[in-house]
Amino acid sequence: MEERIGVFVCHCGSNIAGVVDVKRVAEELGKYPGVAYSTDYTYMCSDPGQTMVKEAIKEHNLSGVIVAACSPTLHEATFRRAGRAAGVNPYQVEIANIREQCSWVHQSDKEAATEKAIKIIKTMVEKARLDEALDPIAVPMTHKALVVGGGIAGIQAALDIANAGYETILVEKGPSIGGHMAQLSETFPTLDCSQCIMTPKMVEVAQHPRVKMMTYSEIEDVSGYVGNFKVKIRKKAAYLDRDICNGCGLCMEKCPAKTPSEFDEGLADRKAIYTPFPQAVPNKPVLDREHCLYFTNDGKCGVCKKICPVQCVDYEQEDEIIEDEVGAIVVATGYDLYPIENLGEYGGGKYPDVITSLQFERMLSASGPTEGEVKRPSDGKVPETVVFLTCCGSRDPEAHMPYCSKVCCMYLTKHAMLYKHKVHDGQAYVFYIDVRTAGKGYEEFYTRAAEEDDVLYLRGKVSKIFQEDGKVVVWGADTLSGKKVEIEADMAVLGLATVPNAAARELANMLKIHTDEWGFLAEAHPKLRPVESLAPGFYLAGAAQGPKDIPEAVAQASGAASKVAHLFAEEEYHREPIIAWIDEDTCAGCRVCVSVCPYDAAEFDDEKGIAVIKEAICEGCGACIAACPSASAQQRNLTDEQVYRMVSAALEG
Amino acid sequence: MKIPYYPGCTLHERALDFDVSARECAKAVGVELEELPIWTCCGAVFPLVSDSVMEILAPVRNLSYAAREGDKVVTLCSFCYHVLKRANKVVRDDPEKMEKANLFLRADTDAREEIESYTKEDYEGQVDVLHYLEMLRDVVGYDEVKKKLRRTLDGLRVAPYYGCMLLRPKKEMEFDDPEQPSIFEEFLETLGCDVVDFAMKTECCGGFQIVADEDLAVQCSRNVVGSALKNDAEIIVTTCPLCRYNLDKKQHEMEKSVRGFKKIPVVYFTQLLGIALGIGGEHIDFSDNYVDPRPVLAEKSLL
Repeated sequence: MEERIGVFVCHCGSNIAGVVDVKRVAEELGKYPGVAYSTDYTYMCSDPGQTMVKEAIKEHNLSGVIVAACSPTLHEATFRRAGRAAGVNPYQVEIANIREQCSWVHQSDKEAATEKAIKIIKTMVEKARLDEALDPIAVPMTHKALVVGGGIAGIQAALDIANAGYETILVEKGPSIGGHMAQLSETFPTLDCSQCIMTPKMVEVAQHPRVKMMTYSEIEDVSGYVGNFKVKIRKKAAYLDRDICNGCGLCMEKCPAKTPSEFDEGLADRKAIYTPFPQAVPNKPVLDREHCLYFTNDGKCGVCKKICPVQCVDYEQEDEIIEDEVGAIVVATGYDLYPIENLGEYGGGKYPDVITSLQFERMLSASGPTEGEVKRPSDGKVPETVVFLTCCGSRDPEAHMPYCSKVCCMYLTKHAMLYKHKVHDGQAYVFYIDVRTAGKGYEEFYTRAAEEDDVLYLRGKVSKIFQEDGKVVVWGADTLSGKKVEIEADMAVLGLATVPNAAARELANMLKIHTDEWGFLAEAHPKLRPVESLAPGFYLAGAAQGPKDIPEAVAQASGAASKVAHLFAEEEYHREPIIAWIDEDTCAGCRVCVSVCPYDAAEFDDEKGIAVIKEAICEGCGACIAACPSASAQQRNLTDEQVYRMVSAALEG
Repeated sequence: MKIPYYPGCTLHERALDFDVSARECAKAVGVELEELPIWTCCGAVFPLVSDSVMEILAPVRNLSYAAREGDKVVTLCSFCYHVLKRANKVVRDDPEKMEKANLFLRADTDAREEIESYTKEDYEGQVDVLHYLEMLRDVVGYDEVKKKLRRTLDGLRVAPYYGCMLLRPKKEMEFDDPEQPSIFEEFLETLGCDVVDFAMKTECCGGFQIVADEDLAVQCSRNVVGSALKNDAEIIVTTCPLCRYNLDKKQHEMEKSVRGFKKIPVVYFTQLLGIALGIGGEHIDFSDNYVDPRPVLAEKSLL
């Protein structure tokens, strides 16, 4: 036996040592063939623990290291670094998981847990025996980023990446960037005007020399891998040349076709040729074919084309596909409100005076359809009583979404407060399950609404809203007094659940990145890797990952941008070398591996008549290895021989 | 087309006006309602305890009788529909309860030899329970119903009262959206009525509370009737004999407690259907109604 393997058994405080007899484990492993050194320590991941590993490597001239501790997802990288520092190849440092897979699940049987820990470590010793020294694979990288979604998160991510010195493409599917934040009136808990803090950022990103902004565009296709993505972006036909357009607005003024404005949440109309709002970026219109009279009425209109002073309207324009290459992709596709029609018990979509929280934002906004005056949609009357409902679709696993939408308690508090500021003698009620104010200054904001602005908070759910005698009658429960409450209100505002943007799920499928069961993008680790996707090269920002408020979305966007900058800091991208290889002597060229490879990494080499693996693309998934009939496809450091030995060690005794 | 029919006790004894009009209307739209040769009470309430099987034996027994006659069974009374449908779902979703219920049914059969030859097979949820409205919409088709009409009920302002039992719980009844239902409205539109939307159309009429706490039940019914009146309804239609009783007969009490109370007739939906289909005479009988619908029907020249 030439290999000299060191075994380091971690106590993890009492996490492991409280169940597993670590002394005995270290002692037993010391007797195992090939093990040159074996010891145990309280916290192996701590500085003294790592030093102990490094010193043992030198002192005992170790060729491989096994750290028996927690899951490799936590500290494999830590110990590989330590191994490298002491002269052992990182890929000859292995983790034996005796915490999650042993001590945590066998707390009631210490003897059996100790036996199992010994076996787990022995299997890893068997693996380590045949581990080769490997080097990461260096592949060329495009130092350019793509940011999908032009809301606050996307804008912040694009700005931060560009300011770090890298070219960035910002793609937004709507005619303007700005997202939902541009729709908001004021922001909690400072009551900053949303437009005032948002529009300068929109201008900044649009004018940034390293940002290529593409509005009215959608991602058509993404292929490749981290560092080397090929993207196709569909630039939708705006039916006018937005490069020539000078944004004079004459076309919008004269266009005879109207349709409800998406930006104003249907509270006002827009034209068929339109910018969503006066501060749009770019401030140039697009033509919405679906509502344009020229397109719907056999070319009978054409007013915009006639009137345009720079002749930029072009009814023949077609979608354009733009191709580009990027190294990293930030997904910031944002959120939608849960459809109000799903709240049938509140007459959602049926009663005009039962409105969504975003509609109320538009109503409160100085640039909104009512110029900031609170007027109910049915008759334009100033409402004397307004009921605000939290958890409309959230925290309701029986009928709707089980999760908390996180921002509704705060924005409804803001709504009630702003309503009181505008209608001094009005009465605002907020129905709540719990008022959740976890954020800096949030609790104080809520207290201010209740105490200074006399917003009446009622703890209970609303069971039914119906319209009668020009009022919306709200039936609810006040669970603190134990009484049924009936409020004859003039208007009700529903704090609808936050759901992922409707198009985001489709996009996630195309990008092959994970989502949770509700369609929110899944982070690589809920605590330690919250801005990355499990798929390498994809980063997450904003409400696409889960309900969050503006500061959190901005923070996450900056986090994602810093991860991109971190990736781009290296000239080349270094990939894990644990990938497949083909034994040229035994490969018969049957091409089974080519057909099963999900990444197109297995290729048939016509000259040699055998399969080859493209190292830059292979993800090491193992599909070809399982499929290969002659066992010619093998995984580095996980060969059939290694697996057989590991299984034998596990089954022994 | 023949479809097995489960009338239930109330339609058999008290609500003959409902039963007779329903059978005649079915004939007129091309359906032969075949009353089950043997049937018993449906059980009348669906048990909310989850660990007992005794309470679903009555509905499951009736469903096993229905299984002998076909793959579906039609019923009218909201209570019968509610209990049969939910018990059917228990049998379909819970193999252990299905097994237990069948053990009881077998013992039952042995004890009564005269019906032994009738039910021998286990009941495994093979029958679909249909409400008469579903039959009209999904089996016959509202378009077909429309073709058979002799007259339309133009200008009659009708409030469709669902009550609570037909719709809830949504996941089990699978009848319609309990918050914003439409099957009744579509039916009335087929007949040409002016459908009145009113807030209390899916609230409870007081139900069985009429026995235990009459004041409470009258209060419930008064809310429903008041809401229909507020929206200028001329007539309320219902699918349930108990709703009819509470909403119609208890207007006697409402008159006493509400100053200026305006009465409004309450009829079964099959009675309006019968009028539209041109069925007359003894089949459309209003003699049991406390508030007589004939004046308003006559006013619209519908009698």
